[in-house]
Amino acid sequence: MDTMNDINSDIQKAVMADYKYGFVTDIEADAAPKGLNEEIIRFISVKKNEPEWMLEWRLKAYRHWLNMEEPSWANLKHPPIDYQDIIYYSAPKQKVKPGSLDEIDPELRRTFEKLGISLEEQKRLSGVAVDAVVDSVSIGTTFKAQLAELGIIFCSMSEAIQEHPELVRKYLGSVVPATDNYFAALNSAVFTDGSFCYIPEGVRCPMELSTYFRINAENTGQFERTLIVAEPGSYVSYLEGCTAPMRDENQLHAAVVELVAQERGEIKYSTVQNWYPGDKQGNGGIYNFVTKRGICKGDHAKISWTQVETGSAITWKYPSVILKGDHSVGEFYSVALTNHYQQADTGTKMMHIGKNTRSRIVSKGISAGFSNNSYRGLVQVGKNAANARNFSQCDSLLLGDKCGAHTFPYIEVKNNTGVVEHEATTSKIGEDQLFYCNQRGIDTETAVALIINGFAREVMNQLPMEFAVEAQKLLAISLEGSVG
Amino acid sequence: MNTQYYQDHFTRLQAATRPGHLHARREEAFRDFSRLGIPTTRNEEWKYTRISGLFNKEWHLPLLQEKTITENDLHAVRLPGYETASELVFVNGFFSFALSNIRSESLTVLPLEEAAANGYSDIVSAHFGHSSGYIKDGIHALNTAFTEGGVFIHLRKTKHEKQPVYIYHLTTAEHEPGFTQPRSLVYLGEQAEMQLVETSMCLGQQDSLNSQVIEIVLEEAAVLEYYKIQHDHDNASQVNTTHIRQIGKSYSHTVTLSLNGNMVRNNLNVVLEASHSEAHLYGLYFPKGKSHIDNHTIVDNRVPHCESNELYKGILDEQGTGVFNGKIFVRQPAQKTNAFQSNKNVLLSDTAAINTKPQLEIFADDVKCSHGCTVGRLSEEGLFYLQSRGIPEKTAQSMLLHGFAEDVLEKIKLEPIRRYADALVAARLEYDIV
Repeated sequence: MDTMNDINSDIQKAVMADYKYGFVTDIEADAAPKGLNEEIIRFISVKKNEPEWMLEWRLKAYRHWLNMEEPSWANLKHPPIDYQDIIYYSAPKQKVKPGSLDEIDPELRRTFEKLGISLEEQKRLSGVAVDAVVDSVSIGTTFKAQLAELGIIFCSMSEAIQEHPELVRKYLGSVVPATDNYFAALNSAVFTDGSFCYIPEGVRCPMELSTYFRINAENTGQFERTLIVAEPGSYVSYLEGCTAPMRDENQLHAAVVELVAQERGEIKYSTVQNWYPGDKQGNGGIYNFVTKRGICKGDHAKISWTQVETGSAITWKYPSVILKGDHSVGEFYSVALTNHYQQADTGTKMMHIGKNTRSRIVSKGISAGFSNNSYRGLVQVGKNAANARNFSQCDSLLLGDKCGAHTFPYIEVKNNTGVVEHEATTSKIGEDQLFYCNQRGIDTETAVALIINGFAREVMNQLPMEFAVEAQKLLAISLEGSVG
Repeated sequence: MNTQYYQDHFTRLQAATRPGHLHARREEAFRDFSRLGIPTTRNEEWKYTRISGLFNKEWHLPLLQEKTITENDLHAVRLPGYETASELVFVNGFFSFALSNIRSESLTVLPLEEAAANGYSDIVSAHFGHSSGYIKDGIHALNTAFTEGGVFIHLRKTKHEKQPVYIYHLTTAEHEPGFTQPRSLVYLGEQAEMQLVETSMCLGQQDSLNSQVIEIVLEEAAVLEYYKIQHDHDNASQVNTTHIRQIGKSYSHTVTLSLNGNMVRNNLNVVLEASHSEAHLYGLYFPKGKSHIDNHTIVDNRVPHCESNELYKGILDEQGTGVFNGKIFVRQPAQKTNAFQSNKNVLLSDTAAINTKPQLEIFADDVKCSHGCTVGRLSEEGLFYLQSRGIPEKTAQSMLLHGFAEDVLEKIKLEPIRRYADALVAARLEYDIV
């Protein structure tokens, strides 16, 4: 067992490695005072030069939010959040919109380079249009012209409100109503920016659309709002990825993502999330309370969520699909990794309403250190959802005896033609598996990486190429060779 | 609900009984009840079972046993195999020595109050009310608060002979709705082996609600087989808590068969507190009409090297609804735990519904835990296969469902009860066992 202990201490070292992406970009921010009240909301609305209806919408959400209670049902523990101690608006100081990448603040450019995702590289090599969001305001959108030729709208939410108000007004809040839940209501009241994407009828978006989120200025909650609309027969693949600099204080992030897929429309939404998870003692880190929901409005529509969650002190996130159209398809693929004192309560909801709808859930939870990882899912088959089909699989891997893995699957079936299957397992990396690798000359650390990658493979395979590479790196960084 | 009514009854009860352990626990429980009230669907444990509706009715708590039940009444509801079993009878929640029949020398049956006051006070104070730590709702607290006429059952070493014990809960409910709250504590000493069968029956035509709690403690090398048969009237409801605590290396094996009833809620907890203990939990629920059957189970692994196996199957017909919630806890010290759980459901009508939630909470890494859950209908291929061999569709369906149910029914090791249960299910399927 001595060698095992040595190995374990090596692993401890690797596991306890510092957060590699913790640094602060020095950009002057144009911020609102701390706190939340109607004045702040008006301030945000004025700052963003918004029309009257938008302000009304925000205020309505805010007034509703005042009467709501923070949810406490999740398997999470955190000190109470002081909503008055947060800056709700902070924009990097940039008066003129950049026409090209060269006009972007060099400091900011270096931030991206440090993250290994330089815009030029992306632009040149992978053909990805990047809408980079630093602290709530979109600062660079590439490939816009190419997309515009096809009639695709891909811009920041603020821009969309100015230039396509009819679309925003029609779809904003149509999937996640302003009053949906505590964090969605908060987001509706104070969201500062986000991405808007509109794919017209019959268009297949020729490239992966991507937004890099990055939380920057101190004490700023990030309230992103993303809306993607796929008109009949269209297709889009959207990537969202995030890293955040090191912080002492907890930061609140309450984003809302809405997807609308019309008849035969298809949306593939992928996320890699690696925000600051707090230090090894569990201090600091991002609180990530996200509402993500898509609706398959028309027949044969398809929405697919893929997520790789390695960051954040707290993750509260349930990307859902409302399967309203007949023959519509919902998918959810997730890898959630928690280490140190991270807590994740994540999963999905599949609501089968239309006939002949299908859904598939694959969730892989990996817990290490003192962390807790929960899968919470709902599969609902309504009365009229004839021939609904669901398959769910939730596997948990425990690395160490101080962490926890939990599954809370809710299955509600009201139609006798529905077929729903759910299975879950919990296990650790077997010593026999490690021994097998060792004996073939693979050292323990590599072997563990191998096994974890194998464990998560089913989900990783769903990621677009550009992301899969980064996601694998992230898993490796967060968990190099942990052994239970 | 009229809380004053319960308050008045409680004051009367406390005034009439001697101070002591039970007295104190009742006091505490009534405070819990006043604080918690009857659970609503906002309570996670009661999300799918709207029990509060039952409490809108003005129930009449029975006063101490009126002698209304005769030997003939009892005989009408006796389960097969009773001739060799010890029979314990509760009438309106109060244990009746007159109707009971103890046929084993190793078995001691005492009023709970007497056990608490005399020779068994240590056991009673250590184990009575342990379930309150797991089930924290007003209904459970109300039962504890109204612990009266309960019974303490002690089985000593049985030399590898399983002792059958049948418990009947009879509710009269002839002229007014009957609300009964039986309570018992069962203690299986070292190497004691018991086959416990429990059923409840409402004899009158009025609505009834039987809220019962049974706590069972297993010592070293004890063996418990526990069979619960629920097949009451359409207007008879139950909230049924069974709390098994395995404090010595022991074996428990439970089968819960839920057929008829208005609203049936079962809480089954198994707490594994000694290494190398084993627990098997099986259940079959088959609601028809407007029945609602809710099974909540907890397997709490607190020590290393325990094993549990759980299989619950449901057939849901007509407007029947079912709920299954199976929790498996694996505490941090409970390394090398093997825990398996499976829940399978068949919906026969488009008005039936099932809500299921298998739940794992695991804090130890060196474990093997899995759960599976399915909801579906009968396989077309299976039906076609049988039909193509000249078997009518209705019969083919019954055959397949009987086979589906058999997985659970065959786990009943007490032969007369197994045959009886099999016949009940077959009758429900309108199927003749060949």
